[in-house]
Amino acid sequence: MKEEVTNDNSRRDFLKTAAIAGIATATCGSLACGCSSPKSVEPNLGKVKLLSPDGEIVEIDSAYLNHQEHMAIVSKLEAREGMAGKKFVMVVDLSRCKNARKCVTACQKWHYRPEETEWLTVKLMKDSDKSAPYWFPKQCFHCDNPPCVKVCPVDATFKRQDGLVLIDNERCIGCKFCMAACPYSTRVFNWAEPEVIPAIANLQYSPETGIPAKIGTVEKCDFCPDRSREGLLPPCVEACPNGVFYFGDENEDTVSNGDETVSFSQLIKDRAAYRFQEELGTKPRVYYLPPKDRQFPVERGYENLPDKLKERFKDVMEGTSE
Amino acid sequence: MELNQYQKELFEKQRPVIEVYGKKTWGWTLFFLLWIIAGGYALYLQVADGHIVTGMRDNVVWGLYIANFIFFIGVSYAGAVISGLLHILNVEWRKPIIRIAEMITVIATMIGPIYILLCVGRLDRLHHLFIYPRLQSPITWDVLAISTYFTGSVIFLYLALIKDFAIYRDLKLNIPKWKHNLYRILAIGYRGTPSQKRHIKISTDLMAIMIIPLAIIVHSVLSWIFGMTLRPGWHSSIFGPYFVLAAIYSGTGVLIMAMWVYRKMYKLDSLLTDKHFVYLGYIMMVLGAAYGYFTFSEYLTAWFGSAKWDNEVIEKLFTLKYYGGWFLFTNVAGIILPVLTVAIPFTRKPNFIAFASLFMVLALWVKRYLIIVPTLESTLLPMQDTRAEYVKYSATWVEWALTFAGIATFFLLFTLLSKFITIIPISEFSNKENGLDQQDTEKVKDTD
Repeated sequence: MKEEVTNDNSRRDFLKTAAIAGIATATCGSLACGCSSPKSVEPNLGKVKLLSPDGEIVEIDSAYLNHQEHMAIVSKLEAREGMAGKKFVMVVDLSRCKNARKCVTACQKWHYRPEETEWLTVKLMKDSDKSAPYWFPKQCFHCDNPPCVKVCPVDATFKRQDGLVLIDNERCIGCKFCMAACPYSTRVFNWAEPEVIPAIANLQYSPETGIPAKIGTVEKCDFCPDRSREGLLPPCVEACPNGVFYFGDENEDTVSNGDETVSFSQLIKDRAAYRFQEELGTKPRVYYLPPKDRQFPVERGYENLPDKLKERFKDVMEGTSE
Repeated sequence: MELNQYQKELFEKQRPVIEVYGKKTWGWTLFFLLWIIAGGYALYLQVADGHIVTGMRDNVVWGLYIANFIFFIGVSYAGAVISGLLHILNVEWRKPIIRIAEMITVIATMIGPIYILLCVGRLDRLHHLFIYPRLQSPITWDVLAISTYFTGSVIFLYLALIKDFAIYRDLKLNIPKWKHNLYRILAIGYRGTPSQKRHIKISTDLMAIMIIPLAIIVHSVLSWIFGMTLRPGWHSSIFGPYFVLAAIYSGTGVLIMAMWVYRKMYKLDSLLTDKHFVYLGYIMMVLGAAYGYFTFSEYLTAWFGSAKWDNEVIEKLFTLKYYGGWFLFTNVAGIILPVLTVAIPFTRKPNFIAFASLFMVLALWVKRYLIIVPTLESTLLPMQDTRAEYVKYSATWVEWALTFAGIATFFLLFTLLSKFITIIPISEFSNKENGLDQQDTEKVKDTD
């Protein structure tokens, strides 16, 4: 029933989105660059030619432009609607993970998050006494039946048509109900004033980038939709030396880990993919390929870790707990 | 307003309380204010520096505050359910205690929601609840339910007060002018005409009927904030009734304690009699047994079923190393002690019952803590965090300061209100002459 409704609406949604996108571009007129307040800068950096929304070529002083890495700033409305026709999906190949933690640092770098904030984290799982431990990278699952979205009192966290669950940290009141509701402990809270480096302090905020972070609000992995708009893979996918993460579009039935692009349905079929804790009914958009025929012994991810990180996995590695 | 002999005596007894703000009262007021100021400073720190000053972190996102929230809303049931129910059943002995009960309700309902606000990271965005409301969220239900309930309780208390305000207005009281004027305004021209009497009676009856379902809704919705999540120890179908029952139970306990304090403080032995303690004790005993039954079935099913995630919470509650001691305390002091105290004739006396109530109320506060924290400390995925404060919750002084500030506010408002209105309602005894009231006379006639 729900599916049908979605299908009926998809064309209209598309048109609506397109229209909104149009309006957004017209009103914002930012052309991939947020206009900063002209009063605060000295106009002496030389002129740049830009194409205005009306199709005219205009010349503005470069000082008036924000030169930013995060390019794809879309309107708030568009950020809520999501990309029409897309259905983002992630496949994580557990047999290839050796806890290199490149994904973690790449994520932190891209989102300007401090070392202790891990939107993407790698757990060491040991399902039962006798079973073998394995490394388990975990982002937000962007569930299709998201418990976090259900409980939000102000619609600050929302589910988009392209499958992503995002947060608008300009609307979030910080009640933390979503954090209590998420069974996967995915969400993190800005308990104190987050450190924001000057380079990003004036960036235009978008739920698609999550930058800059704000005190008293919730944040989490966003699957980097700003990069998807540019046709790029999320930094975690690109940074992984072993091609653990496949990211792509379920509608196109393709996922890529940067090295190879494969059929999503074929991959999850061939490799007996599963979703974490299917019985919770949250319908995650992240699939795991079981850690069978592993490329690395599990110790490889432990031995060379700094002591602080070793501490985390000590209990499991030494077989004392669980 | 003409007072009969009985009412005059009743008022004379309470006259000094209304007229004089004595040294002792000032002392208490200042004491409570000091606590509130300390809480104010803690709140300033929390707003200025963020929630980092609390013990809450990414795993245990709620702590003391939410336990206090449940506790105070629970306490507020004293007036709503006890007084409302006794009103509907037209129980005669309720008259001296209803004012206290309804005061507890209104004051506790004022304080409770403050604690949920303390859990909110962005107090500057509270208006978002109204400009972007999402009706699907249990928090929105809570906002609606509590504000309706609060309005209802204030109306219920006020309806019973109008006649008393008229009495205070018409008596020659030695009070400042502003206070007299306030009585005059609040009495809204009540003169005791038959039509006025009838209107107040109908409104009070209606409010008494409405306040009960409202109260039930409030605590059910509150329980669903937890029950609606997928967390072990929360995701339980009996959470609604369990919370409601615990709320009435703790409300009764606080009512008994308040009665005990007032009886001692204002020497009201002739009004707040042993009978009141025993009767409320019976209510407490029945509620205690029912609460015990709910507790037993809740934890028995989780323990017997022993699903992995459920088991993690159960183990924390059943092991002395974790929360076992506290869990035991909640059951001994919260169930066994009050039930036995009332059941055994020897201890069925005001002092014992009040003492048991005190322990029961404390136990129920601890229970709320045990509902919140162990569940949040049991994550589905292994925590594997080396930051101790993220793994185990322990409240900071800021949270404790604000907790005690809330309790101090409760007492302060109680002190102030009892200096403004009589603890024993005067108007309720308009039929009573020479110790016998109309109903009693009718009963005598019936038996003849």
